[in-house]
Amino acid sequence: MVMGSLRQETEVAIIGAGPGGYVAALRAADLGKEVLLIEERERLGGVCLIEGCIPSKTLINAVELAEAARAAKRMGLTFSDVKIDKDALLKWSDSVVEALTGGIGTLLERRGVEVIHGRARFIDNHSLALEESEVSGVDFQHCIIATGSRINELPAAYEMPVWSSAEALRIPQIPESLLVVGGGYIGLEMGLVYAGLGSKVTVVEFFPHLLMGADHDLVDIMFKSVSKRFEALLLESKVVGVEKTANGFAVGIEHAGETRTEEYGQVLVAIGRRPNTDDLGLENTKIFPNEHGVIPVNEEMRTTEPNIYAIGDVAPGPMLAHKASREAKVAAEIIAEHKSAFDNRAIPAVVFTDPEIAWSGLTEREAETRGIQINVGRFPLSALGRARTLGRTSGLVKIISEPDSNLVLGVGMVGPQASELIAEGTLAIEMGATLEDLMVTIHPHPTLSEAIMEAAEVAAGEPTHIPPPRKKS
Amino acid sequence: MYEFKLPDLGEGIHEGEILKWYVAEGDDIQEDEPLVDVETDKAAVTIPSPKSGKVAQLGGQVGDIVTVGQVIAVIAESGEALPKIAMPAAAPRKPAAEKPAEKPAAAPPPVEKPAAPAVPVAALAGRPIPAAPATRRLARELGVDIGAVTPTGPAGRVTPEDVQRFATGAPAEPAAAAAETAEPEKRAEAQYAAHAASAIPFLDIEPLPDFSQWGPVETEALRSIRRKVARKMVTSMVLIPHVAHMDEADVTDLEAFRKKEKARRQGQPGGRLTLLPFIVKAVTAGLKETKAFNASLDPFREEIVYKRYYHIGIAVDTGRGLIVPVLRDTDRKSIVQISADIEDLAVRAREGKLDVEELRGGTFTITNVGPLGGTALIPTINYPEVAILGMGRAQEKPVVRNGEIVIRKMLPLTLSFDHRIADGADAARFVTEMVRQLSDPNLLLLEA
Repeated sequence: MVMGSLRQETEVAIIGAGPGGYVAALRAADLGKEVLLIEERERLGGVCLIEGCIPSKTLINAVELAEAARAAKRMGLTFSDVKIDKDALLKWSDSVVEALTGGIGTLLERRGVEVIHGRARFIDNHSLALEESEVSGVDFQHCIIATGSRINELPAAYEMPVWSSAEALRIPQIPESLLVVGGGYIGLEMGLVYAGLGSKVTVVEFFPHLLMGADHDLVDIMFKSVSKRFEALLLESKVVGVEKTANGFAVGIEHAGETRTEEYGQVLVAIGRRPNTDDLGLENTKIFPNEHGVIPVNEEMRTTEPNIYAIGDVAPGPMLAHKASREAKVAAEIIAEHKSAFDNRAIPAVVFTDPEIAWSGLTEREAETRGIQINVGRFPLSALGRARTLGRTSGLVKIISEPDSNLVLGVGMVGPQASELIAEGTLAIEMGATLEDLMVTIHPHPTLSEAIMEAAEVAAGEPTHIPPPRKKS
Repeated sequence: MYEFKLPDLGEGIHEGEILKWYVAEGDDIQEDEPLVDVETDKAAVTIPSPKSGKVAQLGGQVGDIVTVGQVIAVIAESGEALPKIAMPAAAPRKPAAEKPAEKPAAAPPPVEKPAAPAVPVAALAGRPIPAAPATRRLARELGVDIGAVTPTGPAGRVTPEDVQRFATGAPAEPAAAAAETAEPEKRAEAQYAAHAASAIPFLDIEPLPDFSQWGPVETEALRSIRRKVARKMVTSMVLIPHVAHMDEADVTDLEAFRKKEKARRQGQPGGRLTLLPFIVKAVTAGLKETKAFNASLDPFREEIVYKRYYHIGIAVDTGRGLIVPVLRDTDRKSIVQISADIEDLAVRAREGKLDVEELRGGTFTITNVGPLGGTALIPTINYPEVAILGMGRAQEKPVVRNGEIVIRKMLPLTLSFDHRIADGADAARFVTEMVRQLSDPNLLLLEA
């Protein structure tokens, strides 16, 4: 163990250089603060950049491209057998990650943010001890905890050489058959990557639906398309036992009280993440994470220690990079004594399946459980010119509004480029837009974005491109 | 863990002073049990607990000012641990202080910054208040609770202009701003500067001299009701071109009738029959005739709002300040009923037990300083009403009747009215008609 003997002092110490921590560092530095950023890994960018969002989207894009090439046959295009070179693909993915981590380093350097590598633990509410570092400790006035989260392990596969998403992203091999445990967004995305690479993929989900939190109408359309690419999708099923065999793993899967054992070449566990708060020395502060490891904060991202803030995956709310970045700015602004608050009304959720799913603000499920009266306008992509030209007509956009005022409360979509289109919906919710605002804004033709305008028209009862019900004669 | 924010207490109320806590930190509380008494600009209100659980933290001490939307208590549901969340500090109310004749040489004590500044919180739990992020930021910077702003946009959207308007029209010292520049000297200077920039020609507001240079002084913080009255009177005098119309009513016969009835009704509801309910009845009759005095003028929409109901406010001196409880639907009540209502409101007003709702919705106000003395007065209109009737002291006077000097009991009356909405002739007719009715109890019976 390397231990430095040097102690450092700083105005703001930030633990973790992911999309929360490094953004907080940049913002705090811009606001005139002296910032010290502590990162355990060698590279900057955190899980998102190194073993999450960025490499996974790079791989997804590649396999989707291959899929599109195969599907182009009906448009009169034939490619002589699309092949994927796994090593070259991995190299490409690494180069993308490398470019971005390097970019963060440059941004931090130009702002004069000092980066220290090491593992930080609180000694009290004004100092940290560092391990594996050239610095022994840091004394701070303000601290931002941005330590992110780690992958949950499957108890049934404890200490077995099964994959996590991080390992799967390294493409150690392309197994003939792959069992993905967990039908959340990580499981589905990685499942599609491996299906695209040539594995026979089976997804097993404990709950009766894929993608907890998403509306069923969106999931159903994605489900239809995805199930063609997967060997099997097992809902309401539970992995009860995993055993290593000569060729892979024998996995016992329980469904409706019956247990079946199947053999798979590899098993990928994607059953959620847990905040990194248990080994931070929080017991030396007045910060008490809840039973899920989440640190309670107020709208200013302040913890129960007034000079310590928590953002991103360690703070309440969805574990999403873009939420962390926004919280990062709030925390930095509060430290710089600006008036700021995390008062966002909508945190968009995006799933890069094929077709993509995205939603923002209120969902129909949430409206139902909370007893909120809503009005829903759905517009199918099959009625949209651009979707036809792309040959991608399975999908829909829906707008959820308040019945009397027509205030836009939520937007949900499934279809190509949903991940891009959701930004307009999120802006509408944040701005307090009404259906009319979306309807009278000119959307370029022919584009997928027109579906948002059309869905608003449906919600308002004035659809242009949906025929009125036939009059009975 | 439930953060209970000071709820909206009614129109135009942004803050209140903590009068009394019913619980201490660590106590158990049941849903709907009283939590805290808060005195607002209008009245004292008891706020019940919205949840059952353990009181983890209280958001201020007795005497502190809390703003609408500010966390006033943290309630842990049973079984929850009790970590302390950094809460916005309430603005401490400056106690009355004696100032020595000599200015103290020592610098004022340093102002301790609150652990966490007040964060105005929109009603995130329910339907969020529609407002663009930039508008929300503006509100935060101005210390405005966006939930208290009257929206003008579609779907109840709050615009930046709404926030600006609220910030300038609203209390000049919301808790957050006060906490920031808690030094009274600095705060006053900033306000002088702001007011000097207002666009009224020749308006010359200068900082007050240090009066203690001429002798000992005593200062007292402008408290809730006093401050509200101050604001309301300035608003009324600046906005409304006041005209006063005066007359005297011969109440000799009415007084004889009243005293007889009073003796007869001793101890019954409404039995403490004073002149006031008769005046209320006569005023109500007059308002039916001259609807301009039962109206409000909206200068922004350029509209006159005529009210088809008659809710008469009665100015009451409570000892804690002047408040105006409102008698409802006086056109549908008998004089005895009105008398009973007045007794009830006056007693509860003095005990500070009126509901905020009972102070709202008035269409016309009567102020009766007569019993305390005075031959005539010019009352200030209770904005946004447009007229007010002032009663002087009814006393016996020599008057000329049919060429003879006789002694009659005369009641001086002054109607102050808004000249934007009515003219002198309207006021003359209104008052003359009242004088005529009050001169003969039979006319009140027949016509009012």
